[in-house]
Amino acid sequence: MSQPQEPQLPQDEVPESAVRRRMLKSFGWFALAAAIPVGIYEWITHSPRAQGIAKPFRKVLDANEQVARTYFSNTNLVKTFPAERAARQARINGYEGIKTPLADDWQLQVDRPNNQPLLLSMDAIKALPKYELIYEFKCIEGWSQIQHWGGARLSDFLAKHNLGTRSGNAPSPDNTHDLFRYVGMETPDKGYYVGIDLESALHPQTLLAYELNGQPISAQHGAPVRLIIPVKYGVKNLKRIGRIFFSDDRPRDFWAERGYDYYVGL
Amino acid sequence: MKRIIHKHPLAIRWFHWINFPVLFVMIWSGLLIYWAYDPYKIQLGDYTLVSFFPNGFYKFLHVPFRLAEGMAWHWVFMWLFMLNGLLYIAYTFASGEWRHLVPDQNSFREAIQVTLYDLGLRKEQPPFIKYNGAQKIAYFSIMLMGVGSVLTGFAIYKPTQFYWLTALLGGYEAARLEHFILTIGYVLFFFIHVGQVIRAGWQNFQSMVTGFEVIKPNADDRPKVSEPTDDQPAGPTEPQPIQPALS
Repeated sequence: MSQPQEPQLPQDEVPESAVRRRMLKSFGWFALAAAIPVGIYEWITHSPRAQGIAKPFRKVLDANEQVARTYFSNTNLVKTFPAERAARQARINGYEGIKTPLADDWQLQVDRPNNQPLLLSMDAIKALPKYELIYEFKCIEGWSQIQHWGGARLSDFLAKHNLGTRSGNAPSPDNTHDLFRYVGMETPDKGYYVGIDLESALHPQTLLAYELNGQPISAQHGAPVRLIIPVKYGVKNLKRIGRIFFSDDRPRDFWAERGYDYYVGL
Repeated sequence: MKRIIHKHPLAIRWFHWINFPVLFVMIWSGLLIYWAYDPYKIQLGDYTLVSFFPNGFYKFLHVPFRLAEGMAWHWVFMWLFMLNGLLYIAYTFASGEWRHLVPDQNSFREAIQVTLYDLGLRKEQPPFIKYNGAQKIAYFSIMLMGVGSVLTGFAIYKPTQFYWLTALLGGYEAARLEHFILTIGYVLFFFIHVGQVIRAGWQNFQSMVTGFEVIKPNADDRPKVSEPTDDQPAGPTEPQPIQPALS
């Protein structure tokens, strides 16, 4: 192909009155069009609010979630790192739900449909295979840090205790219609709570974590057991889990109620 | 009678003016997000030359504690930004408008000459048809930067889904920095662009609204290419029969 030549701009001879008319017409349309962004801004800022932000925003964020859940795969693994890259001191960034000391009689409560709640001790969680995960923890504020967690896979936990399904069987990838849409978790004092789509909860890197850098996790990191879910921002990584339940409706979510996206999938 | 030159097609004017408020929203909401974790600074040794950004700057613009709001604006208007950009790129290809925009081997030399002219170090600016070399480079770069913002944006928006993209850009933290630098680039471009538009004067500015410029009969301030190229095919349409120059 030969070197493309830049074409000359087309020219016209027009009467002076036509020039003035076209100019007025263009600027008229321009002024009218300029009202559109102003109108959109007024519409958004004067809309009723839905969970801490304007309703139009909430609707698009929820649509973004549908895009993610429809088109994105849930089998992509989060990048992992060698243990020596992990931060010695994992950052602590919030105390909601863990402001009071942990009760001595702590037990993990798991609600089951048509059944008594399951009450479990740490031994039940530690009985499951232990996994180590060294990954880049990502906070919704924008910072990230490589951290080294250890614990049981949430998917193993759900399978072991036949949780997350309407039938009361273990979750099966072949029968996704049997799964509830969401899992909810909250701290014993109900001061912090999250809702998570079940696909993300079943992700192979989602852990019920009880170790940090090979040591039992401290109270400030969420002892005795916390959620580590690498496919979400830190806001979903609930500390000191008190209760787990399943639902087809969105469980309430602490930060979503304060205007953040509900899904926050990474 | 007046002689007018058709400078900007209607579609280009729409893309340009839609991009203005949309990019403004993206930059503004980006600032609301960046405030929540704002580590970037330019340092000379231990001396901080520029900090992004000082507290007074945030306070003056009422930025603090609006992360959730910023994310909402950012994740809604990103669709408009991408859609407008994609349509723009598609249009410039389909219409042949890209021939006015993409720099060629002369553009860099021209850009230096234009800069010298702008600084008053050169008497005449080199001839051009629609955009001079400096404009071509600037406008083409800003388009590439838009592509870069979308790519770095997705690398930090969905780093697990687009793990290959995040890795390609040097990791999550690197992609966030790149996204930020591109934004600073838009802001710098904006100030230079507005300054140059003011310098170029009313005829040039109004052509972005009306599409045409009136050519003054005598004072021809519009540099012409030295050799008339009327015999070139006009655009990417069917090659037209070569016409002898009218005399």
